[in-house]
Amino acid sequence: MRYLPKSQADRETMLREIGAKSIDDLFAAIPAEYRLNRDLNIPRQYAESEIVEFFRERAANSAQGYATFLGAGAYSHYRPVVIESLVSRGEFFTAYTPYQPEIAQGTLQSIFEFQTMICELTGMDVANASMYDGSTGAAEALMMAARVTGRSKCAVASTVHPEYREVITTYSRYQGMPITTFGYAGNGRIDLDTLDMALDDDTAGVLIQSPNFFGTIEDVAALADIVHSKGALLIVSIAEAVSLGIVKPPTEADIVSMEAQSFGVPLGFGGPYCGVIATKEKFVRQMPGRLVGETRDKQGRRGFVLTLSTREQHIRREKATSNICTNQGLVALMCGIFMSVYGREGLKELATQNLAKAHYAAEQFKKAGATVLFDGAPRFNEFVIQTKTDPYTINDKLLGERIIGGFPLKKFYPEFENAALWCCTETTTRASIDAAAKEVAQ
Amino acid sequence: MNPNAKIKKATTHISQNEGLIFEKSSPGKRAYKLPPLDVPEVDAAELLGERAREDLGEMPEVSEIEIIRHYTRISTWNYAVDHGMYPLGSCTMKYNARVNEYVARLMGLAEAHPYQPERISQGALRILKMLSEQLIEITGMDAITLQPAAGAHGEFTGILMVRAYLESRGNPRKKILIPDSAHGTNPATAAMSGYSVENIKSNSAGMVDIASLEAQVNEDVAALMLTNPNTLGVFEQEIHKIADVLHAKGALMYMDGANMNALVGKVRPGDFGADVMHLNLHKTFSTPHGGGGPGSGPVACKKILEPFLPAPVVISKSDGTLGFDYNRPKSIGRVRMFYGNFGMHVRALAYIMANGPDGLRQTTEDAVLNANYIRKKLEGYYDLPYSTPTMHEVVFSDRKQTPKGIRTGDIAKRLIDYGFHPYTVSFPLVVPGALMIEPTESESKEELDLFIDAMKAIAEEAEQDPELVLTAPHNTRISRLDEVSAARKPVLRWKPQTEAVAK
Repeated sequence: MRYLPKSQADRETMLREIGAKSIDDLFAAIPAEYRLNRDLNIPRQYAESEIVEFFRERAANSAQGYATFLGAGAYSHYRPVVIESLVSRGEFFTAYTPYQPEIAQGTLQSIFEFQTMICELTGMDVANASMYDGSTGAAEALMMAARVTGRSKCAVASTVHPEYREVITTYSRYQGMPITTFGYAGNGRIDLDTLDMALDDDTAGVLIQSPNFFGTIEDVAALADIVHSKGALLIVSIAEAVSLGIVKPPTEADIVSMEAQSFGVPLGFGGPYCGVIATKEKFVRQMPGRLVGETRDKQGRRGFVLTLSTREQHIRREKATSNICTNQGLVALMCGIFMSVYGREGLKELATQNLAKAHYAAEQFKKAGATVLFDGAPRFNEFVIQTKTDPYTINDKLLGERIIGGFPLKKFYPEFENAALWCCTETTTRASIDAAAKEVAQ
Repeated sequence: MNPNAKIKKATTHISQNEGLIFEKSSPGKRAYKLPPLDVPEVDAAELLGERAREDLGEMPEVSEIEIIRHYTRISTWNYAVDHGMYPLGSCTMKYNARVNEYVARLMGLAEAHPYQPERISQGALRILKMLSEQLIEITGMDAITLQPAAGAHGEFTGILMVRAYLESRGNPRKKILIPDSAHGTNPATAAMSGYSVENIKSNSAGMVDIASLEAQVNEDVAALMLTNPNTLGVFEQEIHKIADVLHAKGALMYMDGANMNALVGKVRPGDFGADVMHLNLHKTFSTPHGGGGPGSGPVACKKILEPFLPAPVVISKSDGTLGFDYNRPKSIGRVRMFYGNFGMHVRALAYIMANGPDGLRQTTEDAVLNANYIRKKLEGYYDLPYSTPTMHEVVFSDRKQTPKGIRTGDIAKRLIDYGFHPYTVSFPLVVPGALMIEPTESESKEELDLFIDAMKAIAEEAEQDPELVLTAPHNTRISRLDEVSAARKPVLRWKPQTEAVAK
């Protein structure tokens, strides 16, 4: 086996030194009746060339070379090649969690920079070293709100990504944390009256998403006023991180729960992605997940360490803020490199291109006869259109042109007949928009 | 005495200094170029109104070469599996095969959107299906979900399934039993799932004490969370009795699969009575640790728990194609959006294929051989609190060194000077001053001997020159960091100098 660095002679020498007759001696602790006395029933050992061939075939059978209008929580942005060059360095990807700071400063410093960039973009004071993803991060943010306020109930907007809401349902079930859902108004934004009705004196946290699942940007300041008047915390979930390049950050929120996949992380059929929780300084001790802090060594040199770990499971066990152990280290690194590449000017330019493409597409679809729903409210790079034809039929036709159409909303929102969520990024070409508009027209 | 005289594996070399990326920033530098916009330009202020953003604050402005050098320089400050042995106990720091990285980046897989139609996702679905089938065979279980994003996330999923199963039988019960040697995630998971935690003690052999287990198991117990081999590296020899005691009272056995690297191809948890377990693909199945993640924590279970698996699950449809089944009325629901960390699933499958049944068995045998070799060679130099046979990891204590004031953490720091990453320090909690060593199968005899020599040399230094050990590491670019003030006055982000001075 080519990954194993031992000759048979090495093994025999070692067994002799141990004083074992054969390798079986070392497995004697396992009761004989449970030992597996046969080969595992899995395929034989493959050569590297066969493995590559196998996965090439699978890849060729997975929508290779399609233009896509899918967003809905996973966004197709261009990934600068320096990202792969750098994360492919063994020093990064074959390192463990940086518990030994003297020999992990590379990972620690890159996370500290990541935390800083997330703070700059979200307008929050502190950000953690990442969570599994946006959906679990949103659930953890609600649990955090319950700890901060000492209250138990949470309210979630129906315009939060439906799969995030499913995860929240699972997470909250046995935590004594009832969840109520509140709806949206005709302009696709949160209906302030139903929000108001959903809150009471025991509401710990209110979760909204902006841009929301329909692509509409919420009036965060107005929502914050209502939520804060009830003594609850406002949590803003951001699923499309690139929006932060051109959309005002939700500084009025108490917690921002973000999915940073848009920052240079491959779509990868849904993972691994990169959740992040950012918040105000005063709430940091109730935050879940790893945090990197700056400190000094004995000679006064700057260095970084994992800090405030008394919140975490390996110290506090059942009293921890979460059972979370890993973060998304390498994925956060991808995000950090992406944010460095685009930086202060580039993220704005990139976001503006997204805005322009989506605006153009919406206009073309309107001209073609589709109705753009929620057209009155501001939006970023996603929008909902209603068509005369069933969106699945439209998408079937587009597939023939190697275009993946918008996401039919009926799966999650049965109130919408023939509506679909379309997304345009900087990678969407005018030609594919025009081609899609033609099908939408029919 | 020259403090470096016995260090064989490492030497000091020029290490580049590097500031923070923000400290290299100046207006006008850039590392990007967008293509010309092929649609009409828009006025953001007009489209977004008062939600339009003016400024991106202190985001860096740097060029491409600076980015490459920045990250390359700081990367050289990390120790990694690619540098050498990484003997962290219970972490299974094995070789991360390059072909895994290559295939995970193939365009059709890396660029697949999770909501693209199933009929153009057959390749990705086939990967999920194949990995599921192979992990089921490896664990001896009946069904599996690949959705959990990490080990602790898998624990949460598994315990929720236990709870849903017990609820379906009328009583979710109240508590989870957890051995005192368990990982901290176990009790934290039980708490998140609405259970109270009751600890069970180990006996003098480092195993679950059957008599006290029998006394503790009653109709209030939902499950026992058991790591096997446990964190002492000891196989629970009476595992079948443990399962029997639990099952007799209607409780289930949850197995924490963190230490599966000791078992693959040799024994299957499904055969010795485990009802549900998680795997850590980033440990046993070689997906890289990435400096702290991403992980992946599939949960395998017996037939009785299958209806409660998270939705969706991959199924073969009547037309022969693969698809997702969302219609799972008894499911605990989703634990993560989409289908889990697919990129890790690709890598794990590539690892299993590269090994085959013979390779996986040899891997396990080598991992156990390496741990026993270290144990044999270091016995006498370090205290061995449990003489029970060792599987894939061995736990020593610092008892021989404490009379000189030297603790496990000091030995670990000195090991850094010798060119190794430390072992796991002060865990498991049942061993005061623990040194928990897991070499994995990826070490050659030469590397193991270097490690053993280093550990012996440090034991000698502890006797003859304790100060040298207490003040280690000496050869790193920075010395021990002030973790106390880092926690007392947390500085969790960079701020521009001028602002700091103004304060």
